[in-house]
Amino acid sequence: MVWTRKDLLGLEHLSKEEIKFILSTAESFKEVSKREIKKVPALRGKTVVNLFYEPSTRTRVSFEVAAKRLSADVINISAESSSIKKGEALIDTGKNIQALKADIIILRHNCSGAAVLLAQNVDLSVVNAGDGWHEHPTQALLDIFTLHEKFGRIEGLNISIVGDISHSRVARSNIWGLTKLGAKVTICAPQILIPPAIEEMGVSLTSDLDDALKNADAVNVLRMQFERDEQKAFPSQIEYFKNFGITQDRLKKAKKNILVMHPGPLNRGIEISSEVADGNHSVILEQVTNGIAVRMAVLFLVAQGREKK
Amino acid sequence: MKILIKNGHIIDPANNVDEVRDILVENGKIIKVAKMIKEAAEKTIDASAKLVLPGIVDMHVHLREPGREDKETILTGTKAAAKGGVTSVLAMPNTEPAIDSPEAISLLKAAIAKTNLANVFICAAITKGRMGKELTNILKLKKQGAIAISDDGASVDNRALFLKALKIAKEKKVLVISHCEDKSLSGSGVINLGIMSTRLGLRGISKESEYKRVERDIQLADKVGARLHIAHVSCKESVEIIAKAKKRGLNISAETAPHYFCFIDEDIFGFNTNLKVNPPLRSKDDSLAIKQGLKSGVIDVIASDHAPHTQNEKDIEFDRAEFGAIGLETELSASISQLLEAGLLDWKELVRKLSLNPARILGLDKGTLGVGRDADIVIISADKEWVIKKESIASKSTNSPFIGKKLKGLVEHTICNGEVVYKHE
Amino acid sequence: MSADFREKSKIMDSEAMDRTFARLAHEIIEKNKDFEDSLCLIGIRTRGVYVAQRINSHIEKIIGKKIPFGVLDITLYRDDLTLVGPGPIVGKTEIDFDLAGKRVILVDDVLFSGRTIRAAMDELIDFGRPRIIQLAVLIDRGHRELPIRADYVGKNIPTALQDTVEVRLSDIDGQDEVVVLEKV
Repeated sequence: MVWTRKDLLGLEHLSKEEIKFILSTAESFKEVSKREIKKVPALRGKTVVNLFYEPSTRTRVSFEVAAKRLSADVINISAESSSIKKGEALIDTGKNIQALKADIIILRHNCSGAAVLLAQNVDLSVVNAGDGWHEHPTQALLDIFTLHEKFGRIEGLNISIVGDISHSRVARSNIWGLTKLGAKVTICAPQILIPPAIEEMGVSLTSDLDDALKNADAVNVLRMQFERDEQKAFPSQIEYFKNFGITQDRLKKAKKNILVMHPGPLNRGIEISSEVADGNHSVILEQVTNGIAVRMAVLFLVAQGREKK
Repeated sequence: MKILIKNGHIIDPANNVDEVRDILVENGKIIKVAKMIKEAAEKTIDASAKLVLPGIVDMHVHLREPGREDKETILTGTKAAAKGGVTSVLAMPNTEPAIDSPEAISLLKAAIAKTNLANVFICAAITKGRMGKELTNILKLKKQGAIAISDDGASVDNRALFLKALKIAKEKKVLVISHCEDKSLSGSGVINLGIMSTRLGLRGISKESEYKRVERDIQLADKVGARLHIAHVSCKESVEIIAKAKKRGLNISAETAPHYFCFIDEDIFGFNTNLKVNPPLRSKDDSLAIKQGLKSGVIDVIASDHAPHTQNEKDIEFDRAEFGAIGLETELSASISQLLEAGLLDWKELVRKLSLNPARILGLDKGTLGVGRDADIVIISADKEWVIKKESIASKSTNSPFIGKKLKGLVEHTICNGEVVYKHE
Repeated sequence: MSADFREKSKIMDSEAMDRTFARLAHEIIEKNKDFEDSLCLIGIRTRGVYVAQRINSHIEKIIGKKIPFGVLDITLYRDDLTLVGPGPIVGKTEIDFDLAGKRVILVDDVLFSGRTIRAAMDELIDFGRPRIIQLAVLIDRGHRELPIRADYVGKNIPTALQDTVEVRLSDIDGQDEVVVLEKV
């Protein structure tokens, strides 16, 4: 398997082998974070720019730590920056960063397809840190890495994703990655939050939480944002918690060793109870740790991919 | 000047001609059509092995002048038309300012007279500013020169207002063209609601937002016995509703654009904004229904909905990009490649959809190669294949979904009002 | 290995290799007499690991026990990643003991330009501060590009720059032998 991509824009067009390759590379990087000196010189002298049009602490910090552990120089540009506020086009911003001879742009943007647009117009590497509702590949990769660590495989696992699927880039990327690696994916959401034709992506559907948890090896709990219009159609946060919230009682009806995952940040008492979030089933914090290894692997690989071009 | 077109295979359904004949043109008119014309002419065009068709009458074109000359002007737009074999266009009124007053029409006519390479006919707005609140003075607009009215780009949401407009249009014998879209349903959608909106994570536009409005508009037209033309039909349900209306004998005509029978929503992988149009590209089933609709005659017209946009408005995030694709230069070839090749239409039917039917619907004496008619003629090499290249696009804007694609059928000469306005180099 | 190479000569067979591993083990113990307790072997991926394991088996025969053993993957420290073939495959580094104060015997199969050893030393020092680093290699084929030398050498072979020296080990190649390949 030869890694040739200069970008990581999503999991939809990655092959099973490519996904596996990222995961095995990430395994080697996990060890680096256990060392006394958590640094390797792999990206020494390379400049990584975090270009975030949407605010984010966890993802941005995770990428920053990953880049720094690879000895890269990291620059952070946020939506608050003046040029973005002045309405500079994405492609122009990208070209400007390219003129500074940066090597990698990590882009988070509120429009689906923004990462694809940027990658088509610049020569440096583009890593998608979340574009609109479209994809969040590194989140899905770290989710899958965590599952693989716990179960030793992905094939044949039953994974349920619960929450606002229609607006979730985490859900989409997970669906691509998991189905390509042979897992059985079930999505569970209120009718109004299930997007059309999603079965064509190879998933099963249900609006019954117990149904979704019954045979699941793991459940990935998505954040519920009540600011969105469609979600306002939901009676209340309490209603949502009652019908779709992951609680200890719900888990009693599931497999004994079911894992509970969440991309964060948590809305305790809305999509997940504190008890579960802090309990034995939860691997939420491990996801965060694995996120560093996965992002180090991704940055390393896209840098190699670009050099080969 | 006298032009002699020799040995071309003429397709003229209006006069039932489908064979090799010569055509003699003088002073802007066709003066002779016969097997072997011996007369001398200042210019002779050898059309052997080529097809000679009536110039295309495109009844849905956005020339952007006045107001957005950065996207297109009457000059560049008609240049593009000439390149595509289009000799008459109906210019839509969603300019800045809108064509909603006699003054606006006068100014537009003056601009047309200065720069046009094709015949430009004027469609005026139904409501002032196309805001859907107050009707324009339809009679005055007709007197000033508008041959149709439409709020294209928008639908008249107010039933009572639209009903009134239909009544007046019927009385004054003006064609009403309807852009059918219920904005309360399509909202801020940017792509067909379906597998692609799900895969790409984009807001979807339901088919309902189109066909429910088609239903309503036909209902209202029926109420007053007005005739109505439905613009850019994109989905199966709309075709069915129009078919039913025609069966009942209602005077409804319909058009579709080439992108609806050449592309489907699944072609928009990679977020290609040149495929972002309104109504959006629909599913495979819908595209099939459009093709069937053309074959069966439910859809009378192929019109480009030529909608130029600058690079700044297209080379951006899919959500924020403008809706629309240019189409004057490619509609003939696209129709040949997709419809003729597949045996859905023959040459006579193709000419009807592109030239004769739109001319009749607009009440224009065009779309034919009869003696005494305007010399609006296009000569094509039916079998030549060509690839659309961004650099060779004649329109000022380059937002074509066909870039990089190979199409069949190349325009060799376009003659408008007896003048050669385009020659392929 | 690409198909454009042809075996030029066989330098060592299985017995010769075993004798050499034994000799290297003796030399290492001899030179580090009195400090056996702080000795450790670090094999460089991939073949250096197996060479180190063989040496450790012989050390066991000499002093009665194996010394602490670690595996070093130097991919992330290379200065020539783009010149490497397809990949790059990053393997795991596994050193589960503290390097501080240790006498590290770095082990590799072939010493050539010296860049691998340079990378290995940089990585080792990021792990901790060994007291001493010594280098043991099965084959030294010359053509150094950096001022690096081995403390323990199995065999010195003069080679042409375009040649390739392959150390084959039964653990992964089916048999033990050292061959020189030339480009055709």
